[in-house]
Amino acid sequence: MTVKLSLQNVRKTFRSRHADEAFVALDDVTLDVEDGEFMVVVGPSGCGKTTLLDLLAGLTRPTGGQILLDGKPVAGPSLDRGVVFQQYALFPWLTAQGNVEFGLEAKGAPSAERRETARRFLGLVGLAGFESHHPHELSGGMKQRVAIARSLAYDPEVLLMDEPFAALDAQTRETLQCELLRIWRVSGKTIVFITHGIDEAVFLGQRVAVMSSRPGRVERVIDIPPEFKAGEDIRAHPEFGRLRHEIWRLLHEDGERAREDERDARRLAVAA
Amino acid sequence: MIAAVKSAARRFDPRALALPLAFLAVWEIAYLRAWVDPRLIPSPSGVVQTAWNSLADEAFFPGLWASLYRDLAGFAIGGLLGVASGVALGLSRRLDAAFNPTLNALKQISLFAWLPLISTWFGYDDGAKILFIAASAFYPVAVNTFEGVRGIPKTHIEVARVFRFSKAQWVFRLLLPAAAPKILVGLQLGLVFAWLATIGSEFLLANWGSGLGNLIIHGREALDVGLVIWGLVVVGLVGSLLDHLAQRAENRLLRWRGA
Ligand SMILES: Nc1ncnc2c1ncn2[C@@H]1O[C@H](COP(=O)(O)OP(=O)(O)OP(=O)(O)O)[C@@H](O)[C@H]1O
Ligand SMILES: [Mg+2]
Repeated sequence: MTVKLSLQNVRKTFRSRHADEAFVALDDVTLDVEDGEFMVVVGPSGCGKTTLLDLLAGLTRPTGGQILLDGKPVAGPSLDRGVVFQQYALFPWLTAQGNVEFGLEAKGAPSAERRETARRFLGLVGLAGFESHHPHELSGGMKQRVAIARSLAYDPEVLLMDEPFAALDAQTRETLQCELLRIWRVSGKTIVFITHGIDEAVFLGQRVAVMSSRPGRVERVIDIPPEFKAGEDIRAHPEFGRLRHEIWRLLHEDGERAREDERDARRLAVAA
Repeated sequence: MIAAVKSAARRFDPRALALPLAFLAVWEIAYLRAWVDPRLIPSPSGVVQTAWNSLADEAFFPGLWASLYRDLAGFAIGGLLGVASGVALGLSRRLDAAFNPTLNALKQISLFAWLPLISTWFGYDDGAKILFIAASAFYPVAVNTFEGVRGIPKTHIEVARVFRFSKAQWVFRLLLPAAAPKILVGLQLGLVFAWLATIGSEFLLANWGSGLGNLIIHGREALDVGLVIWGLVVVGLVGSLLDHLAQRAENRLLRWRGA
């Protein structure tokens, strides 16, 4: 296996308006994502997941350490990495169809092909018949699905997805999870998938990176053994429950620690 | 144009007429009772008579068209330049830093104060007037376009970066549509300013060329108050019609925003 994406001692700080010293969003994150791997990142809210994704997309630059794509430092965004943003980020002046099409335009596809491909991917996410709707005429979940269709349609080698299924009902989420796994298997894409959901993480990922907060770190990377995923209802498998619990415990301990830190900080603030 | 008038008529609420009609009634009574000097204030029916004569006058419509032509030509030039400079200033911090203070200082000079300079340099014909009208329309368009471009949400900019937009795509696929609501506000204001400037330039340069403003000034010189009032009515009506058309165009272009 070759390494597709490599994060090496990555640090990201933000200048803070509230405090004198910079805010550390990510500290010493080291993680390799193999070519064709499905990597899931879980972590509590505010631990730096979106920050990490922005770095991988090339939208921001690390304060320290480096990020390599195919062994070369990431210099900026590029069409080989597709992003599904946490807040959909559709253009409100374009229809659902138009929002999917302009990604293909960037790739230089001819217009008849663009139209056809966009329709196909909107159908894939269950939005056939909504092609000419504008975003304000769509529900949150539907907008999210348009955003997913947009990044799938232009077929990037690497897909970076920031809680793409968060706004969906359980039924649609399950359908799209299966669809995403299918697309991943046939296309061999490398996927970095961020989620809050532990079930989702175990269900989708080959490996799950569990993050802790303040500062954001990769606490542990858990392998999800491929064997038990072959069965019919993998969520009923005892191994599924065990992995689920392991991740839950890691997140829980981090939550406890964070709450204690907060209490200490408050006590210090009161004392001062 | 016809459709616009029709739709305006359909949406018209008759209650809006109450105040003007009451005013007209008081005015007519004041005239009949000779409360006012009839040379300074003619009767409403007298104004209607004047209006009728004026419409029949062969100079009226050429004057109206001349005004409209200058208005729209000046608006088109000022509007285009306004959008272009607004986009340029919105895009480049460097241009903004270099030009914005100067533009802000220039804004403090009333537009009409430029007229003597413009006529000294460019004379009194159409060209000079159109230049003045264009300058009047330019300002609100440029300022609003600038604000529209600066207000584009970060998420939209990130999408454009992820999709590696070319320069042309940045302008036509992101900036212009995203800033369209503000740009259209600017254009609508620009249209109002252009019309004010059209009539204003004709007032101040009344001895040259023809136009609605000239009509009013000639009425004053002939001490024909009826003609002056009629001129004001036409100026008001044309202005409202232009504004109404602009509003309709805006609603149509911004349908994607929903209700
Ligand atoms: N541009 C920024 N300037 C300053 N601080 C920032 C900026 N972006 C993120 N942060 C801070 O970095 C931390 C991590 O933010 P991030 O958006 O990556 O969290 P997240 O893990 O994606 O959370 P969520 O699950 O709620 O989406 C937060 O504490 C946030 O306040
Ligand atoms: Mg996030």
